[in-house]
Amino acid sequence: MSSKSVQQLDRVVIRFAGDSGDGMQLTGDRFTSETAALGNDLSTLPNFPAEIRAPQGTLPGVSSFQLHFADHDVLTPGDAPDVLVAMNPAALKANLRDLPRGATIIANTDEFSKRNLAKVGYTENPLEDGTLDSWHVHSVALTSITVEALAKFDSLSRKDKERAKNMFALGLLSWMYHRPTTGTEAFLATKFGARPDILAANLAALKAGLNYGETTEDFAVSYEIAPATMPAGTYRNITGNVALAFGLVTAAHRAGIPLVLGSYPITPASDILHTLSGLKRYGVTTLQAEDEIAGIGAALGASFGGAIGVTTTSGPGVALKSETIGLAVSLELPLIIVDVQRGGPSTGLPTKTEQSDLLQAMFGRNGESPVPIVAPQSPADCFDAGLEALRIATTYRTPVFLLSDGYLANGSEPWAIPSVADLPDLTVEFATEPNATDDKGGAVFHPYLRDEATLARPWAVPGTAGLEHRIGGIEKANITGNISYDPDNHDLMTRLRAAKVERIADTIGPLEVDDPSGEASVLVLGWGSTYGPIAAAVRSVRNSGGTVARAHLRHLNPFPANTGDVLRRYDRVLVPEMNMGQLALLLRARYLVDVHSFTQVRGLPFTTVELADAIMSLARGADDDSISPVATHRGLA
Amino acid sequence: MTTDLGMPSTGLPRGTAGVPRLPDDAARQTKREFTSDQEVRWCPGCGDYAILAAVQGFLPELGLRRENIVFVSGIGCSSRFPYYLDTYGMHSIHGRAPAIATGLATSRPDLSVWVVTGDGDALSIGGNHLIHALRRNVNLKILLFNNQIYGLTKGQYSPTSELGKVTKSTPMGSVDHPFNPVSLALGAEASFVARTMDSDRKHLTEILRAAAEHRGTALVEIYQNCPIFNDGAFDVIKDRTEQEARIVHLADGHPVQVGPEAARQVLVRAAGGSLEFVPEAEAQGREVVVHDAAAHDPTQAFALSRLDSPQMTHVPMGIFRNVDRPTYDDLVRAQVEAAIDTAGGRAGDADLDALIRGRDTWTVA
Repeated sequence: MSSKSVQQLDRVVIRFAGDSGDGMQLTGDRFTSETAALGNDLSTLPNFPAEIRAPQGTLPGVSSFQLHFADHDVLTPGDAPDVLVAMNPAALKANLRDLPRGATIIANTDEFSKRNLAKVGYTENPLEDGTLDSWHVHSVALTSITVEALAKFDSLSRKDKERAKNMFALGLLSWMYHRPTTGTEAFLATKFGARPDILAANLAALKAGLNYGETTEDFAVSYEIAPATMPAGTYRNITGNVALAFGLVTAAHRAGIPLVLGSYPITPASDILHTLSGLKRYGVTTLQAEDEIAGIGAALGASFGGAIGVTTTSGPGVALKSETIGLAVSLELPLIIVDVQRGGPSTGLPTKTEQSDLLQAMFGRNGESPVPIVAPQSPADCFDAGLEALRIATTYRTPVFLLSDGYLANGSEPWAIPSVADLPDLTVEFATEPNATDDKGGAVFHPYLRDEATLARPWAVPGTAGLEHRIGGIEKANITGNISYDPDNHDLMTRLRAAKVERIADTIGPLEVDDPSGEASVLVLGWGSTYGPIAAAVRSVRNSGGTVARAHLRHLNPFPANTGDVLRRYDRVLVPEMNMGQLALLLRARYLVDVHSFTQVRGLPFTTVELADAIMSLARGADDDSISPVATHRGLA
Repeated sequence: MTTDLGMPSTGLPRGTAGVPRLPDDAARQTKREFTSDQEVRWCPGCGDYAILAAVQGFLPELGLRRENIVFVSGIGCSSRFPYYLDTYGMHSIHGRAPAIATGLATSRPDLSVWVVTGDGDALSIGGNHLIHALRRNVNLKILLFNNQIYGLTKGQYSPTSELGKVTKSTPMGSVDHPFNPVSLALGAEASFVARTMDSDRKHLTEILRAAAEHRGTALVEIYQNCPIFNDGAFDVIKDRTEQEARIVHLADGHPVQVGPEAARQVLVRAAGGSLEFVPEAEAQGREVVVHDAAAHDPTQAFALSRLDSPQMTHVPMGIFRNVDRPTYDDLVRAQVEAAIDTAGGRAGDADLDALIRGRDTWTVA
């Protein structure tokens, strides 16, 4: 056992940073799994460039993975790292400004060569010239120690040996924070099962990292973080994209209908396609289409045939799918459009998060074309959002938008795994019989004869005798579905389609407000992935004696029925969004409430500190301008 | 990396297998049963009427259950087609019918899925979906009504209009080089390509029958007259005397020839690989082209498609290519079924529980 001292901590934020090819995402993933296994609560934030392998050692090539873990519940990946692992000078330079003074830096000195320093504009070595005096720096020759530890592996090239340095770093950090490495060892055994020499080298590097922490005098202290108190249950760690894929499969299973995914690869949504394409055994059919339009077309065709059609994409793909979404509105068929939002406009920031497709989902089609919108609030919540999207789509025979984002997609958190049998029954009823009689008394089928409660039309699938019918994008006569250009009919059908979407509010719960004191005058209202940062900021304000209420919208269309009442109950309403105020615009228009918009589009989630400041300043009655969209930009503040 | 798909190369379904049929002793279906109650709204004299009548007349003889037949169309005059058939139908959006039909055909092996499209719908706005349906060989029958003009938008040139065509949008003549739909389809790896004409009911029906029996994507180009915006586009091959000299009837196993007996010309292979017609008397000693729609190599079929010219000197009609190739939808379904079989049957709640649990779990008491 170690003779070194052990300190207890309640929370730690670690950021692993290196070149895109250094394996930082894998290192972060493994450390996360080790942490989850220990029972800490956690939240993660991968951050990587769109380029697969940007030029080595440059700032654009830096890839990082941040992990926040604690002995209590964790709401965000953490504002600022306590520990930065910098695999090269670029990683140091790109991340130093986020690092509070006094934090720990573990730097791979082997990569701090003159050439690498020059690549990022360092004229002197910051590890040696006093630049980092305000931080606690561990200079470790990670690469050469790893290569040395692997000296006996004759069959491996020097390059292969160097590649194992991320496992050395993982070993060192695992020692520092008392993480078990058995999970990683099993993971490596699976990953490198076919290459015993590579497997042995990675295991040896991992072990060398652990030993290095144990023996070297540079690391005098290690840390323990007690498990968090979490509700009873079986947990796993899960990313948003995987949770969403599982949610869709489980929803289709509970509905008793096949899932058909029509998709075209796009960052950051492709992992949903990858995951679902591996789930054929669960009756899932995936089609990688020739383009975004064909992806949703195939999904809609499958829905016409009685499956739940799903298409997964990001904002640029939604733009291409718009016409087909409009067709689905007109056909009144179930369809799920998953938009994993990223920075825009145009190609924008493919690997960075944003919430700027809300208005696109709401209005981005020709004509009056209402589409329900569901938004998950955390990575694990993507599972439930998938179930809810299917429920709305099949119950109301409508396309549904599911708005995830890059942060939810790649971020992860512990998830209390539900029992499938306990999930809602989503059984679908198809039309099997004629539903009307013609003027001669014969049985006929009217495809647009609606259910009185939901206003949904019957779902009659091909293969059902006696219900043959034609549907299309041309306006249809109410009830019969025949082509109609009648002015009054179009007015009626437009209002019926709108009313049907409004009716969804009857089956979603009210907007719940977290206002423990009941005395708050400020309400913070969010949607989607800002849940964690808002909840953390509200907690921080309350801890410092402030009162503030908090609510979060899962349904953006329609809004819960009591939304207007909630908004009017508070003197001031703050709406933080990773866009320029899209929800705020909708709320102002719909409820005539003068909400205060707090916005940023930096491709990253809000930090707790900046949100807490915004809440405090609104609570103090600060002038509106201080939180206007322009003024919140850092450069202009 | 490629992998063995684990799929049988033989034993995949053939023809319309999988689509429920009427019992042998059932009353014959009638054209009337396939006719919907909707008023047909094409212009008087439109070639679409003849095609509709041929389809309504030919569908009953397939013996398939009417409720298992689906027509999907895009946008354009021809795309109103589904409204007039009492089957399941979808009038979708411009150019996208092959994509929508792909999703339907892949998820429902028990349906006979037909796409109705035009030269603008299929070859212009929807060109991408058409070529990808053809290369995948989805089990779809695509009826491409080619009138060489945009009708529904009132008379602009289309991707099959001839160079120099004067239309509303090309007052000085079109500078767009046209597509040859048959060449395009063959280049897109099509397994079945045929050409027929609205006014030849018998030939049209024969081709539709062959298309229906083909498992895979069948592309049928149908020359169709638009009496309003491009009247007479095909008159030269509809004229009884002219057509004999111009139409090349493709007959499997027979030499490719054209013209009345007295002036018969025979197709021979020319230097450089192209084909040329020569008078029958001069064919001696030349390599005469014998049509083989089932040839694996599409080179000869492609060369036949290049006999076309804007002057319609020679117009091949019939089936250019008809080969067996596993269909996309059969393969997709076979993979799903293989995955289910390997796992020991369809997934139940417990299987879903195991899936979402994964391998790395921990329990909090």
